[in-house]
Amino acid sequence: MHGDFISQLSIFVLAVFVGYYVVWSVTPALHTPLMAVTNAISSVIVVGALIAAGPDGMSLAKVLGFVAVMLASVNIFGGFAVTQRMLAMYKKKK
Amino acid sequence: MELQANVTALAYLVAAVLFILALRGLSSPETSRAGNTMGMVGMAIAVATTILSPEIESYTWILVAVVIGGAVGLLIASRIAMTAMPQLVAGFHSLVGLAAVLVAGAAYSHPASFGLLDSAGEIFIASRVEMALGAMIGAITFSGSIIAFTKLQGLVSGRPVTFAGQHWLNALLGIAALGLVGYFCVDQSPWVFWLLVALAFVLGFLLIIPIGGADMPVVVSMLNSYSGWAAAGIGFTLHNNALIVTGALVGSSGAILSYIMCKAMNRSFFSVILGGFGGDSTAAASGGEVDDRPVKQGSADDAAFIMKNAGSVIIVPGYGMAVAQAQHALREMVDELKKAGVKVSYAIHPVAGRMPGHMNVLLAEANVSYDEVFELEDINSEFSQADVAFVIGANDVTNPAAKTDPASPIFGMPILDVERAKTVLFVKRGMSAGYAGVQNELFFNDNTMMLFGDAKKMVESILRAID
Repeated sequence: MHGDFISQLSIFVLAVFVGYYVVWSVTPALHTPLMAVTNAISSVIVVGALIAAGPDGMSLAKVLGFVAVMLASVNIFGGFAVTQRMLAMYKKKK
Repeated sequence: MELQANVTALAYLVAAVLFILALRGLSSPETSRAGNTMGMVGMAIAVATTILSPEIESYTWILVAVVIGGAVGLLIASRIAMTAMPQLVAGFHSLVGLAAVLVAGAAYSHPASFGLLDSAGEIFIASRVEMALGAMIGAITFSGSIIAFTKLQGLVSGRPVTFAGQHWLNALLGIAALGLVGYFCVDQSPWVFWLLVALAFVLGFLLIIPIGGADMPVVVSMLNSYSGWAAAGIGFTLHNNALIVTGALVGSSGAILSYIMCKAMNRSFFSVILGGFGGDSTAAASGGEVDDRPVKQGSADDAAFIMKNAGSVIIVPGYGMAVAQAQHALREMVDELKKAGVKVSYAIHPVAGRMPGHMNVLLAEANVSYDEVFELEDINSEFSQADVAFVIGANDVTNPAAKTDPASPIFGMPILDVERAKTVLFVKRGMSAGYAGVQNELFFNDNTMMLFGDAKKMVESILRAID
């Protein structure tokens, strides 16, 4: 399973380049929402937390996973909601 | 089983593509809302895919955690004032950092459930490096963001905290932490892992305390970047492509924003990170020499008269406007000016405020149309044709010394050419120097009129005088 490290690294490096070009195309007026939404999507780390919190029975991993799911959920819901709130305010002259 | 693994991988790929589109949407305000929706759909797909996977056997704890966390998140998001956005983002970064530490810790203490054990029952060497790096960056992000949060929230002074040997101590801790990452490959004992986490917590704390309040735009962007790299590190550990791609996106996004902020201050990234520059405006001012040259002082009535009879006015908002919560009053003032036939636009310096784009959000909140708001390079040539430049809560970003005085600490920083306008109206509480501790030559120009007072009260008085 760890043999595919090179393919993961390839994906990572290509994604850095995608990020580079996509982020330069973001208008400076939206840099605050950009930070809020990148914060929300980086909480996709919740998938690791879910796997840790998933098994039956008690363990240290499960407790850590539980707390991590909670923290990531604050970020996911809070991050997307606050981004939405900000973006709704950007209006053009009627 | 094989089929299911493929479907899962494909679902994560879809989530990753949706995240890219979410960022892409931010290229213009019209497409941004659809972009945000795509981000939410991507997140829903990623979470649903994980929950439906066979590794998840019990749902009670997960449900409880999501309900509590989600409710708290929504509550914060709906209540937070737009002026407090920088500290909110810093606070959120700390949560991502801590979550990364916890996930790495869970993977370390229960490697079997993450499929990280080799045939001898040891954790794969590659996985050890990945989880150690993920935990380390996560811990630095966590404690660094907590410090940034307390500085931005005003819980501690924004002044840089410096002491002798600080950089050596940080370098030593950094080397020690990396050494532990290496040692973890040979010895997977708990003390190695947890000592590494503890060192990284201390390092994050020490890295941010020497950085002053007004350098926070760089710090917040940098921590944004770190939270991304931490997520990517965990993505490698979990062999999850959605997490790797997202981490890379966020990491490069934060790095680009840090670069833009540094460039706008004409400072190198390292000089910001090494810290010790400036602080609260009061702290900086006490060091500066007292300047008793005369300035021209005006009243709200004078300002109202000048602006009402102007052809065009350019407004330059800064952090002081946010502190005084003057943005709504300002927009009302502009409405009155427009009724009188004056052309009004807004000019935003990249480092105005405490985070990238902060002023744009505050103006948008006050119902200012975004096509009246311009970035420095788009509007700077127009000051020479403007009748009035109205500076409210900004200071260093208008100081002509940045162009003319090579001895000035801000020399070379791109500034807004407000002094080229026929008249400069400068709203300010007193004669104190700006964040950089430099006197603004603009105050003593013949075409500058100082309006002393609280930004909000001053704008309200001008508004009454225009009516």
